[in-house]
Amino acid sequence: MYTNKDFKSNVAVRWCPGCGDHAVLASLHKSLADIGVAPKDIVMVSGIGCSSRLTYYMNTYGFHSIHGRGAVIASGVKVANPKLSVWQTTGDGDCLAIGGNHFIHSVRRNVDINVLLFNNRIYGLTKGQYSPTSPKGFVTKSSPYGTVEKAFEPAALTFGAGGTFYARMLDVDFEVAKMVLPAAHNHKGTSVVECLVNCVIFNNGTHSAISSKEDRAEKTIFLEHGKPMIFGANRDKGLVLNGFDLKVVTIGENGITEKDILIHNAKTPDYTLHLKLATMRYPDMPVAMGVIRNVEEESYETALENQIDEIKSKSKVKNFEQLLDTLEQWEM
Amino acid sequence: MNDKNEEKRDNVVIRFSGDSGDGMQLTGTLFSSLSAILGNEIATFPDYPAEIRAPQGTVAGVSGFQVNIGTGIKTPGDYADVLVAMNPAALKAHKDVLKPLSVVIYDADSFSKKDMEKAGYTTDNPFTEIGLNDTIQIIPVPLTSLTIKSLEGFGMDMKSMTRSKNMFALGLICWLFNRELDKAQHFLANKFAKKPDLLKANAKVLEDGFNYGYNQHLNISTFTIDKSDRLEKGKYTIIAGNKATALGLIAAAEKSGLQLFLGSYPITPATDILHELAARKDLGVKTFQAEDEIGGICTALGAAYAGSLAVTSTSGPGLALKSEALGLAVIAELPLVLIDVMRGGPSTGLPTKTEQTDLLQALYGRNGESPLVVMAASSPDDCFYYAYMAAKIALENLTPVILLTDAFIGNGSSLWKLPKMSELPDIKPNYAPESLKDSFNGLSRDQQTKIRYWGIPATEGFEHRIGGLERNYNTGVISTDGKNHAKMIETREFKVQNIANQLPLMEVQGDASADTLVIGWGSTRGHLQSAVSKLNKKGIKTAHLHFNYINPLPKNAEEIIRKYKKVIVCELNSGQFVSYLRSKIFGVNFLPINKIEAQPFSVEELVEEIEKL
Repeated sequence: MYTNKDFKSNVAVRWCPGCGDHAVLASLHKSLADIGVAPKDIVMVSGIGCSSRLTYYMNTYGFHSIHGRGAVIASGVKVANPKLSVWQTTGDGDCLAIGGNHFIHSVRRNVDINVLLFNNRIYGLTKGQYSPTSPKGFVTKSSPYGTVEKAFEPAALTFGAGGTFYARMLDVDFEVAKMVLPAAHNHKGTSVVECLVNCVIFNNGTHSAISSKEDRAEKTIFLEHGKPMIFGANRDKGLVLNGFDLKVVTIGENGITEKDILIHNAKTPDYTLHLKLATMRYPDMPVAMGVIRNVEEESYETALENQIDEIKSKSKVKNFEQLLDTLEQWEM
Repeated sequence: MNDKNEEKRDNVVIRFSGDSGDGMQLTGTLFSSLSAILGNEIATFPDYPAEIRAPQGTVAGVSGFQVNIGTGIKTPGDYADVLVAMNPAALKAHKDVLKPLSVVIYDADSFSKKDMEKAGYTTDNPFTEIGLNDTIQIIPVPLTSLTIKSLEGFGMDMKSMTRSKNMFALGLICWLFNRELDKAQHFLANKFAKKPDLLKANAKVLEDGFNYGYNQHLNISTFTIDKSDRLEKGKYTIIAGNKATALGLIAAAEKSGLQLFLGSYPITPATDILHELAARKDLGVKTFQAEDEIGGICTALGAAYAGSLAVTSTSGPGLALKSEALGLAVIAELPLVLIDVMRGGPSTGLPTKTEQTDLLQALYGRNGESPLVVMAASSPDDCFYYAYMAAKIALENLTPVILLTDAFIGNGSSLWKLPKMSELPDIKPNYAPESLKDSFNGLSRDQQTKIRYWGIPATEGFEHRIGGLERNYNTGVISTDGKNHAKMIETREFKVQNIANQLPLMEVQGDASADTLVIGWGSTRGHLQSAVSKLNKKGIKTAHLHFNYINPLPKNAEEIIRKYKKVIVCELNSGQFVSYLRSKIFGVNFLPINKIEAQPFSVEELVEEIEKL
């Protein structure tokens, strides 16, 4: 019914050539067309930063707001009109530094917004300072001798805040995006999609260890609910539990068969294994892509609407004057 | 009635005072309601500490409730005719509010040596020590022990029995003011509808308190206050300012046909607005208790974008936190009502006390050229009207509006004639017209009024992007062009100033033919009216001009001000409104009267100060 073009605005895209944001934008146009939601029913909300400019490149409703506040603006839009499909685009600085408080509380409330978290581990629009996801020791203009602080793990933050949906994708991996973005849209509640994005100017190659087409098969694992956790160019590697830890095994070696490999259950409320999967790091482990967690739980705005319906059906007060009638009053 | 003297009065001021857990607010509220039902006008002023339960028996922990009842009531009164003091600390805290010939009723059981030490007395005679002269009638009543005796056989523990002593005091005051108890019992029945045991106990104590006064032949005059003859016919209630504000917003939502959305974060003394609206799910009101003040305003802005009547409520520190998002509301030209219930500042300041010190913050506290509408309510009951008007102006002009109230009128209460929906003015939000379908760019506006059109998500053909970046006046596309920036600044300023055409013209009160004009704004109205009326009675001709609309100023404000030889500006800050007036109206020698003690003016001090100038 819709094509990519229906979601493209006529504003010239002004990201740097080669920026990973272009790829995510293209995936988003494509996925929204696949989902089939009308442009009039979509609201894109963003804060400040390169990724937050995405709002202008969409032929939908859009609100490009102020630094860090996208999550709360988006929450307001969604709660005011739950029929809208509300998306928040944000970066690692916007979402996890200045907007960190709003991020965890949106996730905790489970407002049905789809958060595209563009993680390039750097501040781009201010020209290259370390961000909350930059690795410790990272050298930037604001950390000439390397940072002395640890990085946030966005997945752990999400799970700790009670998050119900977490997915990860590489900017350039259109196949994964095609699966992840519609899943985020369909999930009722806060859907966090961490997009590993390259910044060609200030942090070029930050995800290059795993991002090339050749490397992806061996160095990442695509997780799908109900399917075995198998990866590798020859689909011969898999994940098993070894005590409390995950371990990579080779199918066909040491008597391991496909039956021994863990089956991904994205829908279990217990996030213990989701956390293990989401925090796997190359080179010891493959980096998890796809929908890692997708749990059904009542969303904030649904609970609120239900509460309103219930109170309305019980209350005798139907309008303002009837409300006044309930006040203690007398005739003079 | 017994055979005591009865004194007839136009008005009487009563102050209930005790520990913050003594139930003084409830006692005061009940007595106020009772008086209002009997036809008196009332104005109340709760004065309570910031701590929920400050150390018992200390002056810091004293909670007071003052009510002025009678005819022509404009303020809760400067000084008390009757003080009910539940302990020595309460007496000490309020010693300065006592009039000569006033009556002090105190709990004789709470005046032990230990109690007096806690309150910081150093001698055995507390009355002499705090300098009460012998014109003041001091009536000891063993409130605690009489309450315990009254509740014998109720099977209550000592603590619960002692807690009912406020009802004994209330019963006694009802006797003193010739109030029949049936109405009070009716109020109690409502208050404790779900706790029948507590109701029974309180009702008994109340009655025994009344009978104590009747039987003891206390050596004091009782008071009779005639019904007010100044009230219009109609249905009345007693309303606190914060509740009136909430009701104004509800009425505006209904009139405009919009959903009401409040994004807020708890802050003293504004939280009651959140409480009131959170309880109104029956009317479809959505309240969002955010993680912080910024979340409060930003969820409201999101709701405004989505087509709701969007409101955020706060006090001074919260306004500071919201300032960046307010700037966003200005540049995005979204309808938003911000209620600031002002308190003493700066920083955390005096959270439970009143002040008018956020005016300049409201007018100018944002980066860039960032004009918005600033208005102020002037009494608990008119918080309703001004909240309604704030919503109307915001929706019709697509602009943020700051409504300033304060702790004094937000927590204080007054009589309120219940309005009818049909009497309230229409509200017509400036929706994007159908003719702009497929050409609406988010910045499209009425070329005459410069008011932006509101395009609501889910409407086909009106998809658009807005935000905090400057955009091209014609195309709505982001722009850093200097000339366009200038045009946009002028457009936003014009739009706000043009709202003056929608405002009622100002009227001078008092003696308009005087040479002296007294100016005030917001919550000082009652005190200024009373002071001006006293001055005129004394033969000192004085006029009064009171501002509810501050930006823009009403169209005839300057013309009126220029008619007077002497112009005095009174406010509860160091001169914020006067500096604003000086920047708007040149060549007038504005004379300031300021009070910065985190308390309302007293009428007496105003009369004195105005006379001096």
